[in-house]
Amino acid sequence: MVGILEDKDRIFTNLYGFQDWTLDGAKTRGAWNATKDMLDLGRDWIINNVKASGLRGRGGAGFSTGLKWSFMPKEVKDRPHYLVVNADESEPGTCKDREIMRHDPQLLIEGCLIASFAMQAHACYIYLRGEYVLERERMEAAVKQAYEAKLIGKDNVHGWDFDVYIHHGAGAYICGEETALLESLEGKKGQPRLKPPFPAGAGLYGCPTTVNNVESIAVVGTILRRGAGWFAGFGRPNNTGTKLMAISGHVNAPCVVEEAMSIPLRQLLEEHCGGVRGGWDNLKAIIPGGSSVPLITREMSETALMDFDSLREMRSGLGTAAVIVMDNSTDLVKAIARISYFYKHESCGQCTPCREGTGWMWRVLERMSVGEADPSEIDLLLDVAGQVEGHTICALGDAAAWPVQGLIRHFRHEIEERIANYRSRRANFAGHAIAAE
Amino acid sequence: MPVAKVNGVEVEFEPGMTVLQVAERAGQEIPRFCYHERLSIAGNCRMCLVEVKPGPPKPQASCALPAAEGQEIFTDTPMVKKAREGVMEFLLINHPLDCPICDQGGECDLQDQSMAYGRDGSRYAENKRAVEEKNMGPTIKTFMTRCIQCTRCVRFITEVAGVPDIGMISRGEDAEITTYLEKSVGSELSGNVNDLCPVGALTHRPWQYHYRPWELKKTETIDVMDALGSNIRADFRGSEVMRVLPLVNEGINEEWLSDKSRYVVDGLTARRLDRPWIRENGKLRAASWNEALDAVAAKLKAASADRIGVIAGDLQDAESMKATLDLFRALGSKNTDCRQDGAALGYGPRESWLFNSGLEGIEKADAILIVGVNPRIEAPLLNARLRKSWIKGGVEIGVIGEQADLTFDYAYLGAGSKTLAKLPKSALDFLTKAERPAIIVGSGALNGEGGPAVLNALGALAKKVGVISEGWNGFNVLHHAAARVAGLDMGFVPTEGGLTVSDMLKPGALDVLFLLGADEVDPTGSNAFRVYMGSHGDRGAHGADVILPGAAYTEKSGLYVNTEGRVQMAERVVFPKGEAKEDWAIIRALSARVDQTLPYDTLDQLRAKLMADHPTFGRIDYLPAPAAFDPSKLGVKGDLGDRVFASAISDPYLSNPIARASATMAELSALRIAPVAMAAE
Repeated sequence: MVGILEDKDRIFTNLYGFQDWTLDGAKTRGAWNATKDMLDLGRDWIINNVKASGLRGRGGAGFSTGLKWSFMPKEVKDRPHYLVVNADESEPGTCKDREIMRHDPQLLIEGCLIASFAMQAHACYIYLRGEYVLERERMEAAVKQAYEAKLIGKDNVHGWDFDVYIHHGAGAYICGEETALLESLEGKKGQPRLKPPFPAGAGLYGCPTTVNNVESIAVVGTILRRGAGWFAGFGRPNNTGTKLMAISGHVNAPCVVEEAMSIPLRQLLEEHCGGVRGGWDNLKAIIPGGSSVPLITREMSETALMDFDSLREMRSGLGTAAVIVMDNSTDLVKAIARISYFYKHESCGQCTPCREGTGWMWRVLERMSVGEADPSEIDLLLDVAGQVEGHTICALGDAAAWPVQGLIRHFRHEIEERIANYRSRRANFAGHAIAAE
Repeated sequence: MPVAKVNGVEVEFEPGMTVLQVAERAGQEIPRFCYHERLSIAGNCRMCLVEVKPGPPKPQASCALPAAEGQEIFTDTPMVKKAREGVMEFLLINHPLDCPICDQGGECDLQDQSMAYGRDGSRYAENKRAVEEKNMGPTIKTFMTRCIQCTRCVRFITEVAGVPDIGMISRGEDAEITTYLEKSVGSELSGNVNDLCPVGALTHRPWQYHYRPWELKKTETIDVMDALGSNIRADFRGSEVMRVLPLVNEGINEEWLSDKSRYVVDGLTARRLDRPWIRENGKLRAASWNEALDAVAAKLKAASADRIGVIAGDLQDAESMKATLDLFRALGSKNTDCRQDGAALGYGPRESWLFNSGLEGIEKADAILIVGVNPRIEAPLLNARLRKSWIKGGVEIGVIGEQADLTFDYAYLGAGSKTLAKLPKSALDFLTKAERPAIIVGSGALNGEGGPAVLNALGALAKKVGVISEGWNGFNVLHHAAARVAGLDMGFVPTEGGLTVSDMLKPGALDVLFLLGADEVDPTGSNAFRVYMGSHGDRGAHGADVILPGAAYTEKSGLYVNTEGRVQMAERVVFPKGEAKEDWAIIRALSARVDQTLPYDTLDQLRAKLMADHPTFGRIDYLPAPAAFDPSKLGVKGDLGDRVFASAISDPYLSNPIARASATMAELSALRIAPVAMAAE
């Protein structure tokens, strides 16, 4: 068998689009089956089951989804409740949500209805990344089909008035941050808000709002259908369930695959992706959770499990489970410099450390990637990264700092070598750098 | 009250306070750039980081974090110090090292705080960012390379000034503060962003490179550009007032100042009258004080009492008006008037010409009817208060008069007296059902022939809808002249049978017309012997037969009564120009020459007389309590006719002699008339 998860336990049975994505096709795969019965069991039943399943947010932070839902006010008072689905999947390496939206959109819409019912929201906004044009067309078509079948909308068969709105973003990475997403959705400039207040208290248009990742919402229907215990049966305690993992980079067969949590990283790569290009020994480093988490070395990859706790112990993170594999041909300094450029480019510019720090880190790394730096600048770079991390309004500052810290933590010798090489092959006399100025 | 601990010291705080406020209450100074107590919280500079327990193991932005019972706040731990030093380093890496040529130098937040949190040298070896300058208009000079993106200016302009003219575009390092289309900021409060800017990115364009802050001596005084009596600090060097900055007065100007009050100072050095002049054979010639005073005295003595008259100007201090009034009364004249705009005020109880609710009190009103006044032009800071009240909610505003953009929504009821005569039911209702209704009326509605009738109708309306009740008086007259209330308070109006301003100006009405700084009337129709006393060679001086040079408002100590009836004392900042004298002293000298020597030899004696005659002047810096009166007896009942209530000031930047002498005001005025001149570019 390939991997751990059996075919019968897959939630996303049309992940690769080999079957019909439309409502009819989705129904044959089980979507919208017994949804009404689930709603009839009540909100508490839904939230308790989602809690019991151990589902943790699939957007990267890994916060318990059921717990998040329970933060919403119990009663609807003067302000309506909203569910917002974060489909602004922009983290480099991450490409899992688009597969759901392209090939299994009904699972997402069903999940939206269930989650909205559980939080007493009558409206749900799906915020799509600006570059996702096909996905948007699919989602709009799927929503239309669901409306026509009276699955959602006013007076639908489920007895809970419910509207879904697809909102197409403009392609800014920062709008994937939940409060920036809300700002953008309100028509403002996508800049993160200060927290508190948290969205559950004052979110979209100042109303109680929950923002969830596409995958977190799309799995809910199946979890409830098959039981929380079934879902919790995969993976290690506190890291349960199945998870879409997206593997890119230097593997023989890059893919998106649904796997059980806590699958050993090496098993994942070798059984699903045909192994690292040139064999395991050719592996240099892996970024296990999307570009923002620190990389890990080959030695660490041997024992790493694809779950939150194992990777955190290695001072990295599961993030979105977007595994970026880099073999020995990779220029790691250059790679991290490119990631740094991404964060510099996508910083919203609102708060100081991120606005100024990302550019600084990128510039130093660019020089380091050719070796044109002083060895003391490695510590400077680490210090700057530390000055950004944890001092910003949102997590983009952390996301920009972590890859740099990971690089220096594990591959400091490579930077030093690079600098030494550069110095040895060039005349190095005082003042040469200013000649051109 | 809940209690939190700041560095181990317990401190009580009010619910809703932020950690920063609690720390300040405990005496801990928290560095900040973006936080400002009168603006919304942005939390973006990250300079105010503190450590909070319980909480995540990382520093928190104290300006945005609500304080909680039992919270432990640490402002001086190594973690906090390291975090702030990090932020400071980030702020400085792209900030130019041009303090020696920066106008903000010496009073720069970044400079000050870098002394505490800055490094001695830079670790940043890359190229620094350079940002293009922006055109923000004649009041704001930009050096955008210095900008630290705190967004105070953006928040002030959108929240307080209420125009969407400044914003941040682009993102990340490329984020820039701009006016989007390089147009000037369309606000009459724009100069405040220069005060708010914690660095030298936005500085005062009119005063660019004119001074270094440490060269200036500072005098706290009162502004006279509108009738609010904003508290200001006039900074001078040598004999010149270099700049005017606002002082905090919660009751009046909070801590803002209008552009006119701020940038009019260059008008204090232009077109000044610095020596007496006498007209001989149709031409003015320079004269000595003795010659000039003798010439005036001879004419005054020769004329009969009912053929002499005096008009007091909009910027006069109370003392000079009192001395003039005493002199003309002693000469037997009834023709004394301080109402250049001709408003039908001045007879009846004092409350009938005051802004009774008070400027701060107007925020308590839940229904406001604005009649014949454009507060954005005539009192920009009152307009900002109305906007503040409107944003807070719970107030309905209706307007009769000019349909202008007031930066807040209002119900437009009509253009003039016809609407007032037959007020729509909706307008009556919103006033009647309000708990604290208010009427704000300006001289645009009260001047001219129909003024008394309008005043009467408004008084009747006020009574009908209950504008005056126990503990609340919402009958508000909004003046636009700083001198007006003092003049009315001392009775500087024609006595029984006396001539009003418009009567005095008619041909043949008088033999001697004395203009006490009166520049807003057109005296060319009068064929009387004209004496002008004032500071600027303006309308009043044109064609005058004798010119007596007086002092401008920064050159004398004087009392001013603002539209609320609050008496405030202005201080002398610099001395009068050339041979010019303080106004009261000129009148005192003149009185001796007409054998009516006034009974005071010093300013203090004059003040004592003023306060003895009119006790309200003795209550300096004191806001009158809301007193009840019967408004229905005001004015004269009559036909309201069909009159359009236009604002009494057509161009706020050219509304007095100092403003007309100011180059900055001329620029602002030109922009006001032709704001879209760039369309053709």
